[in-house]
Amino acid sequence: MRAAVIQFPGSNCDRDMAVAFDRASGDNNKAQMVWHKETGLPEGLDVIGIPGGFSFGDYLRCGAIAARSPIMRSVVEFANKGGFVIGICNGFQVLTESGLLPGVLMRNAQLKFICKDVELKVETTNSVYTTTQNKGDIVTYPVAHHEGNYTADAETLKLLHGDDRIAYTYVNNPNGATDDIAGILSDNRRVLGMMPHPERLNDPQLGGTDGSKLFESITAALVSA
Amino acid sequence: MKARVHVTLKNGVLDPQGAAVRHSLGALGFEGVERVRQGKIIEIELAETDADKAKAQIKDMCERLLANTVIEDYSVEIL
Repeated sequence: MRAAVIQFPGSNCDRDMAVAFDRASGDNNKAQMVWHKETGLPEGLDVIGIPGGFSFGDYLRCGAIAARSPIMRSVVEFANKGGFVIGICNGFQVLTESGLLPGVLMRNAQLKFICKDVELKVETTNSVYTTTQNKGDIVTYPVAHHEGNYTADAETLKLLHGDDRIAYTYVNNPNGATDDIAGILSDNRRVLGMMPHPERLNDPQLGGTDGSKLFESITAALVSA
Repeated sequence: MKARVHVTLKNGVLDPQGAAVRHSLGALGFEGVERVRQGKIIEIELAETDADKAKAQIKDMCERLLANTVIEDYSVEIL
């Protein structure tokens, strides 16, 4: 599997994401790190990861500056051609700001930065990210964000629900997100944005391996495809 | 030419920061503060000297970067 991870000034868990891709794929194709000033992507990519963090210091709005960086034009093009893109935390914010996913991540309802493990419910198995999981499965992923309060207009929410595009919901909503939404899919189901960090829970020595399920699911779907 | 852009949350979008400021004003003894909405001011200096052209240019900037029109409104003032 050929994966790339985009790096912005202020990204974090970018290397964790690369390790997660590498462990899941188990082959010799290491995930490639791509700096935001690049204008082109490596050839033959299967999946692109947009990591968490505080790109460009969260200036203006979270993800706003990163979404307009040179590499994102290529990422949007890749996604529009049917490429797989996963954005985690700040990556989710970048995806909404770039227009690849609808809605917006607002300041947490309690105005506090939240850093803890949360339980998530798998809401759909109809995506490469969740094929190896069952609908209703509970997984534990860490969250670490100040702006994770997902909001969208009523029409968008109806679409997300109606088209089975909500990937994960919070069991106990930590941030006020509408309808407990923790992660959503694009209309072609190939772009996933989620606030929780599966790549942070990908090693028994770091507290658990729940997060590896998501990366193994991507590998299983893309390598057998 | 100088311009000032005001970016505010749309009506109907919950503004938790505004709500927190309102509570704090109440705690300081300011009575009757019914609503607070927090926004941003962005000041821009442009080489453009034609006010209409400058305004059009800044509106384009607002649509493409300065505001997230999903949740924010903006207004442009040429100074």
